[in-house]
Amino acid sequence: MISLAQMAMAAGFILILIGFYGALTQRNLLRMIVAFSLANTGVHIVLVAVGHMRGRTAPILDAAVPAADAVARIIDPVPQALVLTAIVIGLGVTALMLAYALKLHARKRTLDIARFTELKW
Amino acid sequence: MIKRAIALLLTLAVGALFASLLVGYVPDSELNQTARYYAERTAEDIGAANIVTAIIVTYRGLDTLGEVTVLFISAAIVGLVLAQGRVLNNAPQQPRAPVSELLSTGSRVLTPLILLLGVYVFVNGHLTPGGGFQGGAIIASGMLLLLLADPLKHFSHQLIAVLESLSGLLFVGIGVLGMLLAGGFLDNRLLPIGQLGELFSAGVIPVIYSLIGLKVGAEFSSMLASLSETSDTTEET
Repeated sequence: MISLAQMAMAAGFILILIGFYGALTQRNLLRMIVAFSLANTGVHIVLVAVGHMRGRTAPILDAAVPAADAVARIIDPVPQALVLTAIVIGLGVTALMLAYALKLHARKRTLDIARFTELKW
Repeated sequence: MIKRAIALLLTLAVGALFASLLVGYVPDSELNQTARYYAERTAEDIGAANIVTAIIVTYRGLDTLGEVTVLFISAAIVGLVLAQGRVLNNAPQQPRAPVSELLSTGSRVLTPLILLLGVYVFVNGHLTPGGGFQGGAIIASGMLLLLLADPLKHFSHQLIAVLESLSGLLFVGIGVLGMLLAGGFLDNRLLPIGQLGELFSAGVIPVIYSLIGLKVGAEFSSMLASLSETSDTTEET
């Protein structure tokens, strides 16, 4: 039977693939950035799905999850902490890409990647 | 056409890799050693109800400092890259249609509420899902609303810079104080740990997360401000 974690993981992998394909085929810089963001989101979903465990709850201690039996009741908190970091860094990277795209557009008046031939061989 | 086929082939190859990962994946039934340590020790050592927060702010606090630094550097680079060659604002702005009454009033009503939600999220970061990064992002979304409602709005870069560097300095300062007065760098037992689940608990975690929230909010806002200011000057050149 397919579990929730596997479904989420499959969705994440599909997002990564869409982003990968988009980054390879799109010629517009903005679309490439969107593709990278999609792939980034896919990685986050896969990582969170790895931490999921059947029949357990979020790693927050309260009346429903007393500290004493937390070990048996919560899912793995480490991937969540990792993904929190990854989301923030991903946002920084996206902002940088957008800034460079703006700069390139200001110089060449185009966002078509085929028109940027300086580093082509 | 050939390029597209090659891209498709590559994607399929990567997809096959992913599929083998997915098929072979067996979910854990027990927490692994690291997660078990965090689950067992957090309530006693850190006193934070949200274990993810305990990991981010205290157990791996140094990494979070690094993360905030990366964010700062990327905000600084965005500002630097976009500031080069920016036309100084003497250029006459094209007359624009005035912002509609609904839009400006609506954004004035909503922005304080969004800021309040952001502050709530980062102050309660040790109790509920959320924290400094999420709260900071919410605050920046309030700024984004202001910018969308009135694209010519200018934020005070000076205020953003002061807020950002002050919270960064205080973050590091609390870390160093922890080294002097408690167990080590960024130790949260600088203040009493208190009762698990209350607002004033978990030592300095709420303080640090609030500082992170302010810092992240200021950084995101400065990125938004740089991006929007550039777009309305380069349009006309």
